[in-house]
Amino acid sequence: MKKNFKNNITRRKLMKGVAAAGSIAAMPGFVRYSQAASSSPIKIGFQVHRTGIGAAYGRWYDRTTQAAVKILNDAGGVNGRPIEIVAEDDGTDPKRGAEALEKFANQHNCDVAFGTLFSHVVIGSAPRAGELKLPYFVVSEGHHVASGMLNRYTLQPGITDVKSQVQAMAPFVKENVGKKVTMIYPDFAFGHDHRDYFSAAFEAQGGEIVGKVPIPPTESSFSKYFPKIPRDTEVIYHVMVGPAVLTFVKELGEFYGSKSPKLFGFIDSLEAVDLNTPGLEFLDGSYFWEGNPRYAQANQTEHDKFYRNAVGVDANGASVSDPKDVSTYAHMFGCWETLHIIKKGMEESGYAGPGDRAKLIEAVESMSNMPLSQAHPQGAKIFNGKTHQTFGHQYITKMTNGKLVLAHTTSIEDTFYPDEVDYTKQSF
Amino acid sequence: MRKDLILHFGALAILLFLELLGVFSDYHQGNFARILVLAAYGIGYNVLFGYTGLLSLGHALFFSAGLYASGLSIYHLDYNVGQSLILAICFSAFFSLVIGYLALRTVGVSFMIVTLMFSQVGYLCILYFGGITRGDEGIVIQQSSRVFLSLDLSDPTIRYYAALIIFSLCLIFNLWIAKSSFGRVLIAIRENSDRALMLGYNVHLYKLFAVIISGTISGLAGACYGILFGYVGASFAAVPYSIFPLLWVLIGGVGTVLGPLVGAIFMFYLIDYASDITDAYMIIVGITLLVVTLYARRGLLGELRYRYFKWIP
Amino acid sequence: MDLGPYLLFASLEGLVHAAVLSLIALGLSLVFGVMRIVNVAHGEFFMLGAILAWWVSSFVLGNPALGFLLALLVAPIIAGIIAMFSDWLILKHLKYDPEATIIATIGILYIIQQAALMTFGPDARPVEQPFNVRLDLYWFGFSAYKFFVIFASIILLLSVWLVMAKTKFGLLLRATQLDSETAQAFGIPISTVYSLVFGAGAAIAAVGAVLIVPIQQAHYLMGGEPLLLAFIVVIIGGLGSLRGTVAAAVLIGMSDGIISVFFSPTLAKILATLLVVFVLLIRPNGLFGTAKV
Repeated sequence: MKKNFKNNITRRKLMKGVAAAGSIAAMPGFVRYSQAASSSPIKIGFQVHRTGIGAAYGRWYDRTTQAAVKILNDAGGVNGRPIEIVAEDDGTDPKRGAEALEKFANQHNCDVAFGTLFSHVVIGSAPRAGELKLPYFVVSEGHHVASGMLNRYTLQPGITDVKSQVQAMAPFVKENVGKKVTMIYPDFAFGHDHRDYFSAAFEAQGGEIVGKVPIPPTESSFSKYFPKIPRDTEVIYHVMVGPAVLTFVKELGEFYGSKSPKLFGFIDSLEAVDLNTPGLEFLDGSYFWEGNPRYAQANQTEHDKFYRNAVGVDANGASVSDPKDVSTYAHMFGCWETLHIIKKGMEESGYAGPGDRAKLIEAVESMSNMPLSQAHPQGAKIFNGKTHQTFGHQYITKMTNGKLVLAHTTSIEDTFYPDEVDYTKQSF
Repeated sequence: MRKDLILHFGALAILLFLELLGVFSDYHQGNFARILVLAAYGIGYNVLFGYTGLLSLGHALFFSAGLYASGLSIYHLDYNVGQSLILAICFSAFFSLVIGYLALRTVGVSFMIVTLMFSQVGYLCILYFGGITRGDEGIVIQQSSRVFLSLDLSDPTIRYYAALIIFSLCLIFNLWIAKSSFGRVLIAIRENSDRALMLGYNVHLYKLFAVIISGTISGLAGACYGILFGYVGASFAAVPYSIFPLLWVLIGGVGTVLGPLVGAIFMFYLIDYASDITDAYMIIVGITLLVVTLYARRGLLGELRYRYFKWIP
Repeated sequence: MDLGPYLLFASLEGLVHAAVLSLIALGLSLVFGVMRIVNVAHGEFFMLGAILAWWVSSFVLGNPALGFLLALLVAPIIAGIIAMFSDWLILKHLKYDPEATIIATIGILYIIQQAALMTFGPDARPVEQPFNVRLDLYWFGFSAYKFFVIFASIILLLSVWLVMAKTKFGLLLRATQLDSETAQAFGIPISTVYSLVFGAGAAIAAVGAVLIVPIQQAHYLMGGEPLLLAFIVVIIGGLGSLRGTVAAAVLIGMSDGIISVFFSPTLAKILATLLVVFVLLIRPNGLFGTAKV
């Protein structure tokens, strides 16, 4: 049976060859394909949340990507070949995400695919990347890459995962905020990562999780969930995503006013939201995790300055052209860094075309130290080639007079956990 | 009798030769595999809407019933493809029996609303029982589970043939129904259910059978979609997946055997093309629905049948 | 939280929910009742109201109450005009055939939703509350604006009732609803009445949206859920009955609030939807009450 199927393929290819000799060879698509010379662009399929509940992230992922590509191309591209982005909307829907990957691989002949944030889209798309043998670089911060759930073609070298992040937060929360925590999180993979890994890490520190409040990601009003927060809660740990995050935070403030337990939030709850919106005053004094501090800090590095400027973000984390258009600063650096890593991987592996995809993945897998630099403006990172996951510094900021001011920076080691998978043992 | 066999088997032969001759690029091969399975779903829908005259707004319920029955049994119970397909067929048949029995107590607009509501309950249940279904995020069926008779169904060529076989089976079944006396009663019910009742047919029972056949074919298509493309997710249970088959049937031809295929090809490529131009590509669905309802109530093949070829089943 | 305050909170939340829901459902029920058609695009007129409220109020600087009031005036009018236009362009030509109308309004649904996406973008848009006062009710806080929403909805419902019961236009509507053929024979311009009713239905939903948008946010996908809830309310409340609609909206709104708080909001929606199914099964003609189908 197996043999049969191979024969079939060959015949198909053969037929294709015969047909190609005829009229099809004259079609423009074929001409370009056969001329794939060393000067042709490197095509990167960019899966982006243009529509659906992830649209705010998509807009800023897009801007960051365009800025990074411009910087890279101005500096000579990849081995002299320019980078071309082929963007495709995934509608923040896993089914469409998988179809986007098919378009990249089969219709546009992309060299690699890259993108997207929402974990359900990544989980829906990654198996297709494996089948298409298309390297898929995600910027999703979910733990699904390092958990071993995905495959050798899926990598996350540009952003740390939730498990690292929450584990590094646990000691700080217990020492500086409080010992009895209620968690509010979105009810899907990303939120479950928060629930499982934070509660484990926090309990290991001797803290206690007194309540868990999951909220469907499409919810539009939140007050009805707040009575579920137990009264003895000292800290509300909140992380929310989707278009309604502003409503969420406002209603939280309305519900508690000044009598709130202390707040520790992932900035996801306020990504792309102006912190000076009326109704958010109650957040003053509360702590936030940030992947990358939104406000330019006192100790801002030259690399952050350069990156911020290139993407077009001001010192308050908003667009330079519209101060109301606030960025998703804590996440979007991942696109910038990932593109730099793809370039480096391609150059190190002598990547020439889709036939070298496995070599590219091996080259990325062999990376380890990524020092703070223009390519890594968020900070130094250590990439684990076995788990396909990067590890790096985390930032905790405190809301002070309407701005987020850096309160603590974790070490990279704080984010380490034992390997759960060795993708390098999987075949290509 | 001759002409219609030539037409339908000719269409299947063209689909086969398109593949054998390697006309498809990888991209279009993948698209057509999808289209064939979706067209099978359209055929299921057409049995109820086109032949029996019952307009359901909730067929995503049956599609996802098959999808989840096979997907969950593979994922949780380690069923193989064959077992999961059998389970999916049985489950969708039973499920459509129950839903049909309840929904058929209503008629007309109420029937449309009730099916819509049932489908919404199904969608919400998938989200509510996220522990089993993995909610929004859905389930990935691994390549290693998608093997049938030691054929790797994730291979694009094998996948195309598998989709073609499924579609052919549904098409031949539909053709047989259309020609059988059973099918003629369904058409009689569509045209005038009171008269059919007076002629002594148990209209209610016939309608129930139509729902069961329609739901089972839809469920089979759903199961095959999950197995061939490896993903089972809640978006398949949402409202748009109830609207799509209606749209395919309306475009291709209400109550024609080939109509769903024609409509599915047309819509798939129209949406594909539109999504390159705008993010708001679903506007195409809206415009097409309006154009069809206003100007072409019979759809393409229906119009051809009405004007020229009376014999098209 | 203790049970007492817990229930108080759930009831208050439920009332706000019910207030807006009864407006949306009222619009649907009006169209349902007078024209005997199901407007599946109803939720999109709600969404339009919300997005237009954001758009209009973004022009007004200074006191947010001014922008809000302007939105309250302008957004329903625009939504109503768009609805009347689609009635004139499409529904009229279908002769209001029930099934064709449903399909056509599904088409209108997608066109409005996607046009909003094209025009206003995919982001959630906030509208500032006209007044930002938090009432401290000891166990929890509650926005004063939410009380305003309840109050404004009651006023609106009363005025619709007045129009229906006391004005000539209301008389025309009731006559058309009762028997459109006879009404026509008596010289009532049916097609104008239909257009106005379709526009008014959309405008009422848009008013509901303008009221809710300072609490929630405007987003192009927000029309789906209120549509389903409005269906539920209209079917449970019985057709064309203002009191029934309001009673059902309060029932659904409150139970949603309470079930959501005690169990899960998804479960609340499942139960409400199943309730409708059973209402329809018990009263197969429930949509049209005692009138002919």
